[in-house]
Amino acid sequence: MSNIPADLKYTASHEWVRAEADGTLTVGITDHAQEALGDVVYLELPEAGRSVAAGEACAVIESVKAASDIYAPLAGEVIESNTAAVDAPESVNADAYAIWLFKLKPADGAALTRLLDAAGYGAEIANA
Amino acid sequence: MAKQTPLYASHVEAGARMVDFAGWDMPVNYGSQIAEHHAVRRDAGMFDVSHMLALDLDGPDAQPYLRHLLANDVARLTAPGKALYSCMLNEQGGVIDDLIVYVFSPTSYRIVVNAGTADKDVAWMRKQIAKQGANVTLDARRDLAMIAVQGPQARARAWAALPGSEAASRELAPFQAVKWSGGLIARTGYTGEDGFELTVPASEAAAVWRDLQAAGVAPCGLGARDTLRLEAGMNLYGQDMDESVSPLDAGLAWTVDFRDAERDFVGKAALLAHPATRRQLGLILLDKGVLRAHMTVHTDHGPGETTSGSFSPTLEQSIAFARLPLAASPGDAVKVEVRGKRLAARVVKLPFVRQGQVLV
Repeated sequence: MSNIPADLKYTASHEWVRAEADGTLTVGITDHAQEALGDVVYLELPEAGRSVAAGEACAVIESVKAASDIYAPLAGEVIESNTAAVDAPESVNADAYAIWLFKLKPADGAALTRLLDAAGYGAEIANA
Repeated sequence: MAKQTPLYASHVEAGARMVDFAGWDMPVNYGSQIAEHHAVRRDAGMFDVSHMLALDLDGPDAQPYLRHLLANDVARLTAPGKALYSCMLNEQGGVIDDLIVYVFSPTSYRIVVNAGTADKDVAWMRKQIAKQGANVTLDARRDLAMIAVQGPQARARAWAALPGSEAASRELAPFQAVKWSGGLIARTGYTGEDGFELTVPASEAAAVWRDLQAAGVAPCGLGARDTLRLEAGMNLYGQDMDESVSPLDAGLAWTVDFRDAERDFVGKAALLAHPATRRQLGLILLDKGVLRAHMTVHTDHGPGETTSGSFSPTLEQSIAFARLPLAASPGDAVKVEVRGKRLAARVVKLPFVRQGQVLV
């Protein structure tokens, strides 16, 4: 059974999102996603300053097995990418929730309510 | 409903991640496919390859039938137990399948074919039996299971696990097999390491698997099998060649035997009429990223295409097979198109790795 922390928000495309106190969003991929991908060997993350639409493919994660897109959970501007994760992509397998991939300043903070909560995401992957 | 091998319950019990492969429910990994890959390169790992189909071919015409059916020449199999890798071609010279054939006598052979092509292969072989009017019988042996035990310690661990196996197989040379305990021990594999492919009655498979694991052999999934064969420079049917590809363009010219001018085989005329147009070589990615199949390769001699690509756990870089213009050669600097970017790669001779040693 996958680990789905209750304090995070989720997308159906397997990103987790943490709302920070300063209104920014921290984004990573879920434990379910890392397990499905297998050993992660490469990350391509968006540049700071890039504007992204909700659902836009803005990063790539590659395991030995396959390449997969990572999508912006909401519209906004990328403010930072995790270069430490790029240098150690296997860390995503070790703890998917400890390893963030990029931070986003959302265009509309209220849009956060459109994301899934832990129960909604759990139901999503149970039905997949 | 996907088919299950006799080891299905063993995989599930070991926590394998199961995937559909050619209609079979197979383990892709038991945790980390990179760890499984290293187990085979450094010690010993085992793969359930029972989805592949073993066929017995017997009868007075077995040898002449196979000499016509296969592009490689079974007349090379001069002693009982010897094995030969060959392509089975269609009349156009395309590859129907690649397979291993073991000889027991000139009237008795074992053939092992790929899972995804098994039905098509058997139909083709029966058609050729009828066409030649060959006096042979062909039996599909779904009553057997196959386990590949691979790695520098594979033979020693198999001997420790399976009483009596050492006396039977100690003297086996590479690409030789011996009948043993209702099955077969073959010194063959698909990883570039030493080891055995064991054929056992399906009813005994789970016990053999358990005893091998107790002797320190790590269960390995199809994920590690793919990166191991890629490093070892071994083609995967359906990926690196198929019915539309000549073995001469797919790095398999060494398996096509034209030496006996008197011997005709299916596809021979087409191969003689159409010499190689491409050359299969290896690529090592110099930039960061991962090469995959069907990426365009830009060379000084024109474009080419990758057929298989992945991350090499041994080299810790991405590697690929590529079908390149004939003028391309090892050492060339090329660019590979990856998601709109052109990444730098170097052309190398295959294989990348053999017997634990990096060769490129």
